[in-house]
Order: sequence, then C-alpha cells, then structure tokens
Amino acid sequence: MTAAMTAPMTEQPFTADEMMTVAAARLIDNGTVCFVGIGLPSAAANLARATHAPDAVLIYESGTVGAKPAVLPLSIGDSELAETADFVVSTAEIFRYWLQGGRITVGFLGAAQIDRFGNINTTVIGDYAQPRTRLPGAGGAPEIAGLAGEVFVIMRQSKRGFVDKVEFVTSAGHLTGGDWRERSGLPGRGPSTVITDLGVLEPHPESRELVLTHTHPGVALDDVVAATGWPLKVADDLSVTPAPTAGELRALRGLHERTAAARALAG
Amino acid sequence: MTEIVPLADAVSSLIHDGDTVAMEGFTHLIPHAAGHAVIRAGLKDLTAVRMTPDLIYDQLIGMGCVRKLVFSWGGNPGVGSLHRFRDAVEKGWPRPLEIEERSHADLANAYVAGASGLPFSVIRGYVGSDLPAHNPIIKFITCPFTGEKLAASPAICPDIAVIHAQQADRKGNVMLWGISGVQKEVALASKTVLVTVEEVVDELEPRPGAVHLPHWVVSAVSPAPGGARPSYALGYYKRDNTFYEAWDGIARSRETFTAWMERHVLGTEDFAGYERSVAAAAVAEGARQA
Repeated sequence: MTAAMTAPMTEQPFTADEMMTVAAARLIDNGTVCFVGIGLPSAAANLARATHAPDAVLIYESGTVGAKPAVLPLSIGDSELAETADFVVSTAEIFRYWLQGGRITVGFLGAAQIDRFGNINTTVIGDYAQPRTRLPGAGGAPEIAGLAGEVFVIMRQSKRGFVDKVEFVTSAGHLTGGDWRERSGLPGRGPSTVITDLGVLEPHPESRELVLTHTHPGVALDDVVAATGWPLKVADDLSVTPAPTAGELRALRGLHERTAAARALAG
Repeated sequence: MTEIVPLADAVSSLIHDGDTVAMEGFTHLIPHAAGHAVIRAGLKDLTAVRMTPDLIYDQLIGMGCVRKLVFSWGGNPGVGSLHRFRDAVEKGWPRPLEIEERSHADLANAYVAGASGLPFSVIRGYVGSDLPAHNPIIKFITCPFTGEKLAASPAICPDIAVIHAQQADRKGNVMLWGISGVQKEVALASKTVLVTVEEVVDELEPRPGAVHLPHWVVSAVSPAPGGARPSYALGYYKRDNTFYEAWDGIARSRETFTAWMERHVLGTEDFAGYERSVAAAAVAEGARQA
C-alpha cells in the first residue's frame, strides 16, 4: 500500500491504490458483462458489484460465469469463484462461445507494461529468445483485448510500466494508432480507459494516443508526466477524480478485511 | 475394464523419456501427486504441455525433466513469477528449455481440435500480437466463405494426458466436477490417459454438470487422495493459497529449490510421505520460531 494522500478536509484519508480501485469500479455499469483478470481488475469489479453494480456479471477465464465471491480470489480459479458462480463452463467454452461469440461487454485487464497506444506487454523484457526478464505470457489477454466490446486496463503508473513503445506486443490495443482498429476487422473498440494510481487516461478519438483526462485528488500533473515514458498529452478538459465516498471506502476495506480474515483462517 | 493401479506403477509403465505429456487442470484438480511421481521416476526429455505451467511444471522444469514447454501463461497465480521456469528460459538452468507459446484461447482450441480428430484449430485471435512472429506454427488463413483472416494452429495430441478427478468407480469410469478446465478435451485428444482420483467408489452418483470419462477412454486410474494439493479438489479440500505464496521463496534460488525437492519429493516414496515430510518441517519451523 502506498502512503495516505492529502485529501480535502471533509473526507476520510485514502491511499492511491484505494483511489485507483474505486475509480475503476465506477466505470462498471450495473448489468455489464465483464471478463475479469485476477488481481487489481478483480478487486475493482467486485467493489462495483458490492456498491452500485450488484447485477454486473463477472466472468473469469476459469469458466466461472456470474461469480459472486465474498472474498477476493488469489487465483483465477479459486473454489470461491466456482461455488458462487451462476454456472461453470469449460475453458474452451468460455473462450469460444462467450468471448469469441461476442457476449462480453467489458474486458478488464492488468498489465506489466503498456504503451502510448494502449498495447500491452506481458511476455518479455528484452529479446524474445534471450530475455532479460521473462514475464508470464499471454494467458487470455490477446483475445480479450481483441474481442471484448471495450477494454479497461488498471495498473500502477511508472516510467518503467508506461513506455513509448512496448518491446513486445502481447495484446494489441490500438497498435499503431489512428484507424488501425477499424482496419483490423476486430469487433471490439479496444482499450477505452486506463486507470492508474495517479489518474485516468483515455485514447484520443482520432490519433488513439492515450491522453490524461483525470488526475486523482492530491496528485500533481507534473507527477503524472514524470511517471509516463512518453511526452504525455493532457486533455483540454482535464479534471480531478471525485474522491472515494465513505460508502465506497467502507465496501472496499470490508472486501480486503474479509479476504485477509478468510486467508488467516485457512492459514 | 480399466486397471486401478498404484500411481508409481502407472507412471513407470505409461510415461517414457521423450514423450509429449499434458498434465492439465485449470487452477483446480492439478495432478501434483502425478508430477512428483514423474520426478521420482527420473523421466527426462519430456515435451510438457499445459496452459498454466503452475507449480507442478515449475518443479518438473527445475528438476530437469522437461526439454520443451508448450504453454499459454507461466506465472504463479496471484503471487508472481515461476522462478524455475524463468531461470530455465533466461539462463538455461538446469538445462535449456525450448518454448512454444500460445494464448489461452488458442491452446484450449488446439485441445478441442485434438479431441475432435481434426488437424488444426481456428480462432479469431492474435490480431496485432507479436506472438505469431515468434511462433511459426501459428498461421493466418482466409475463411473460404467470408474471406475473413483467422488464426490457425495445429491440434495438440499428446502421447499421454494426466489429470486429477474427484472420483472413479471400480471399472475405471471417471467423474469430476467444478471448474473443469480442459480436462475432457485433453483426455480425448491424447493417445493414453492416466487419471489420479481422490477416491474410488463402488458407484458414481451422477451430478448435474459433471464431466464423465468412460472407462474405455481411460488407460489407468490411480488413487491419490489429496493429490491435487496445493491446488484443490472441489468438495474435498480448498486451494492452499499459503503454499502458493511460500513457493515463491522456496523456488527463488536454485539452492533452496533443490534442497526442498530432495528433502520432500526425492526423499519420500509417495504423495502421502511427501505431505508428512512437509507437515513435519512446518512443525519444526514453528517450534524454532516459538
């Protein structure tokens, strides 16, 4: 957890990670069918379900459809997901009928590295054959990024993670920008929002370059620019993300406390 | 009728050096006991196929059993890296590891093609990704009906599938439930099928949504209660998330990994012995800290 941030007097203090998760959760509408990655995406999606979006349908690539975990899963296939799901299908089915079949409105991903056109690298740092750092690889992300109606990406912002051009495109966002997405024939709109611990970025409607649209409360614009590996453009109507409400913080902290208690019990 | 045989016997008679082996289970029902049996048998030069290598293949890779890995996501779920997998890819330890890397959608579909008796699978995938450039078996083909460009890759037909299930009956009919992953697909895609089970029952009680494998597609059943740990078997035990986190420290260095494997896997005769050894070490550690 990062240190508590300076918040306006009337509100509770909150961390940058809490702000990031709350900002991401707010993007999930009630009724959204969301293909959820593990970790930060899963925390945000479950916060949405616990607050304003009780009817959001969470789908995990383990084949659990309509999962309603009371505690956050560590893995993509914890029993908590299977036991609370509306139904469970095979891995092949989740990718064939539900994702490729066009039934996912939002794909929600994390990433190790993202570039100015929203392309994601989760494969290697350095040469593919002789990598300096071997990352886990693709998983479901290339097809989630390609086929979901739109894609949200959530990750902490740093110069290492936000690069001008990823060394390896595991999952294409807007690839080279402009109308690549339309020309590619992909049914999905690609990354529409990138939520970080500092602010929110969205692709420019024409160039598709990620542009800063929101800073989180207490974050200076210079800090976001310094944590970005390309000359970051700022939206004309740059605004400040509304701070987490007491209800949002209570729900998020409750989720983390229940998760920690369950883990201690299983110990 | 399918034979019900001790795990070590099944592994030594059914798996051979150089085989293509797929030990599947998507987070759930990972055949860890069978993985240990492969390591104890000293099998080598395996082509190991698995969507998520997980701890089971981190161990096989670190012990030098694997020549080539076919996979789609090689991390420790929710924890971080698989250090033995990384060491093999980055530094060639304990031996160079050839990799064939796909996406989940592709690998799952390649098993479906194998199970369906088709030579290749086709998906709408990899558009814009650099993976096809580094993996020449991924091709793009044109749909003869619509003209759409689609990704194709060869079916996966392993020499042997190894999976874990909750139950088998005495004839060797197998039933599993919960997250079923690619268990059915890998079994039906493979020439030989070894299933480890939580228990052998007199009669299977059909459950809605369960996956059934009839005895005539199963080569051998081996009882291995607890044999999916540290993953889980729905209805029997939960995922040992604490062990997944502890594995990060055990596997981080070559020395701690090797010592751990020698003590708890090579130093024991079977999975029950392994579990006793790990539990005894935990008790000793607790006493040391108290």
